[in-house]
Amino acid sequence: MVDAVQDQDDFVPPAEVAEMELYHPKSWLTKYVFSQDAKVIAIQYSFTAIAIGLVALVLSWMMRLQLGFPETFSFIEAEDYYQFITMHGMIMVIYLLTALFLGGFGNYLIPLMVGARDMVFPYVNMLSYWIYLAAVLVLLASFFVPGGPTGAGWTLYPPQAILPGTPGSEGGIVLMLVSLALFIVGFTMGGLNYVVTVLQARTRGMTLMRLPLTIWGIFMATVLALLAFPALFVGAVMMTFDSLLGTSFFMPAISQFGEQLKYGGGSPILFQHLFWFFGHPEVYIVALPAFGIVSDLISVHARRHIFGYRLMVWAIVIIGALSFIVWAHHMYVSGMNPYFGFFFATTTLIIAIPTAIKVYNWVLTLWRGNIQLTVPMLFAIGFIVTFVNGGITGLFLGNVVVDVPLSDTMFVVAHFHMVMGVAPIMVVFGAIYHWFPKMTGRLMNVPMGQFHFWVTFVGAYAIFLPLHYLGFLGVPRRYYAMLDTGFIPESAQDLNAFVTVVVLIVGAAQMLFLYNIAVSMIKGKKSGPNPWRATSLEWQTPQTPPGHGNFGPTLPVVYRWAYAYGLPDATEDYVPQNLAPDQLMSDYDNSGLSHSAAQAAE
Amino acid sequence: MNLLQQLMEKPWLTEDNTVVELRDGRTFALSREKLGLRVFLVVVMVVFSLMMAAYIERKVFSDWHSVPLPWLLWLNTVILVFSSLAMHRAWISARRTEIDGVRVWLYAGGFFALVFLIGQLLAWWELVASGYYAAVDPANAFFFMLTALHGVHLIGGLVAWWRTMAKVTRGCGVVLVRISVELCTVYWHFLLLIWLALFALMLFT
Repeated sequence: MVDAVQDQDDFVPPAEVAEMELYHPKSWLTKYVFSQDAKVIAIQYSFTAIAIGLVALVLSWMMRLQLGFPETFSFIEAEDYYQFITMHGMIMVIYLLTALFLGGFGNYLIPLMVGARDMVFPYVNMLSYWIYLAAVLVLLASFFVPGGPTGAGWTLYPPQAILPGTPGSEGGIVLMLVSLALFIVGFTMGGLNYVVTVLQARTRGMTLMRLPLTIWGIFMATVLALLAFPALFVGAVMMTFDSLLGTSFFMPAISQFGEQLKYGGGSPILFQHLFWFFGHPEVYIVALPAFGIVSDLISVHARRHIFGYRLMVWAIVIIGALSFIVWAHHMYVSGMNPYFGFFFATTTLIIAIPTAIKVYNWVLTLWRGNIQLTVPMLFAIGFIVTFVNGGITGLFLGNVVVDVPLSDTMFVVAHFHMVMGVAPIMVVFGAIYHWFPKMTGRLMNVPMGQFHFWVTFVGAYAIFLPLHYLGFLGVPRRYYAMLDTGFIPESAQDLNAFVTVVVLIVGAAQMLFLYNIAVSMIKGKKSGPNPWRATSLEWQTPQTPPGHGNFGPTLPVVYRWAYAYGLPDATEDYVPQNLAPDQLMSDYDNSGLSHSAAQAAE
Repeated sequence: MNLLQQLMEKPWLTEDNTVVELRDGRTFALSREKLGLRVFLVVVMVVFSLMMAAYIERKVFSDWHSVPLPWLLWLNTVILVFSSLAMHRAWISARRTEIDGVRVWLYAGGFFALVFLIGQLLAWWELVASGYYAAVDPANAFFFMLTALHGVHLIGGLVAWWRTMAKVTRGCGVVLVRISVELCTVYWHFLLLIWLALFALMLFT
């Protein structure tokens, strides 16, 4: 196969493109614990992220118990409540979603999908995981220091974040900041790997425009993260100094209980700018991998090539670039110049264009596709719906005049949970159901998966639609209890109780999902190497789960894009990326290959 | 083929296959290590740019009291330039396959970097001795933070330098250390530029 290729072209390097020296583990410890194999690191990342995510899930139940049934649970004090919302937000956004999408799926899929043996800097990659684990442990440690974890809200705005009176101002806030700094250092190590592997370690024939969209999404999200996380790093370092050394980067002259504090001359708004310069790209750090993965799920399970591949790639790049010039739309109420607000409202609305292009392309991929309602497909469709919902409320909030009255209400909570909570988590579930057979060689239980999907999907709407409504009524976010509030009807409390009940049901469904993973890992139906009949390289490995070095003695050579589905003339309706054209001819005895491929592209 | 052309390809057209099916998978004509370092330098540049932006943002307010910069910083700057020049000579020697030159100039580069760090500490000492504590004024805090951050990056560079040095003393051939020397040199030049920018910012604004 490879020889035939060489005959056609002289200046192609010999069979193995940039074959790397693989690190071969010598002991159990270096094979499974301090492993430099991206697949093992991916699974370590995923399990750690899911474990800490479970903590955040439990915290959300506690919050909802308080909101649904105030003055019922004596073990939830106001301080506890603030600590719960802070830790819930921070863990879900950074330690779960970012780590799972980039550290988990990124590590597992990038080398396999681009046709590489491993990441380009495996040792640095291993360090990346262990520093991430240290960050998680430091974060968890903050639950056990005097005063508990920080209760400053996940945005950690100074001055309140480090002043006495805010829960966790004794030690919790410092541990939070140290943990974030560690996370960023660890992520940067991983991020270097993801970027350089995608750019320089692709196998022969895998051009940039033949990459599956999953890789494009993860790649661009990594670029965003490498450029955005430094802002959080700088903010965290400066606030640590403010808290520990008494500097005044963010602390203005301030008096508390009639006593002048030692601080003076700092700028709290500066922190908000730094935080949101990170915080807004962070939305897309979570969303872009979801965009990419969902594109592949839809294409595979609808047996149809992705509609408008090139525009999908460009849209990912454009969204990534635009996400750096919209950050101040999170700060409309911080007292900014109206022209400044106008600029950020405009850029915010412009970002809707590439995003809308993506949504149309997903729907047009489904259009007249041979839709298989597998569990991954259910979650993919669930993603499109929730993402459109959350995106549209984003257009409301992007406008200054609409945002100002809605700011800090439950409407905002509902909006961002729809768009960057529920929607990406739908993709996480879909992706786990989709790639689980490759990771374990077994299929997940389908009825349990369907039940999991319907409870999660319907539950998400039952939770967050009422929250939109409560937001319109003026129910503020971050309030421990409403007590007697004249402008909010008493029935709002019934709605809150309803939401809490649904939250507990949806939470229980997630336990079923974990049970499904555990059972299927041991007793699931054998899947074979390619149960979804997919084209991309990870499904063409000689072993399932893929062995050390991913591919056999030679790396695969790629002949086409990853979306050759629904070919009408072929006996199979798909063609793997690495199937040589001459093999294709003999396999299918079919002279109409280019004809059918052209039809597929129409 | 440049990046833009690569992004303009239409992968769904079979005619394109003959053109692209054999191309090796690299986007840039750079080794992995060199590209990795460049990506890292971009990240570091973002960190310093944000810190400098924060400095400027704070400085425009009327209650800003600049730190009197110790004269020692001028001397340190010259030493850092020497350090960079020595590393550059090491790189040239590495390209000419002269292992002795590599050894000598690497030593010189690392030595000057260490002297620079000690000089920075002395400059701190001078400020602290005259009462410019970090907690007294944001300007002092910025001075300490910016210099410390730069110093930490240089210490990180010295770790890489030390590993390269170990390879050279172990008797690895020039070919094996060439890439390490080159990466160190690029990093040194980069940190010199960062220092010049920081110094200029604190001097002139």
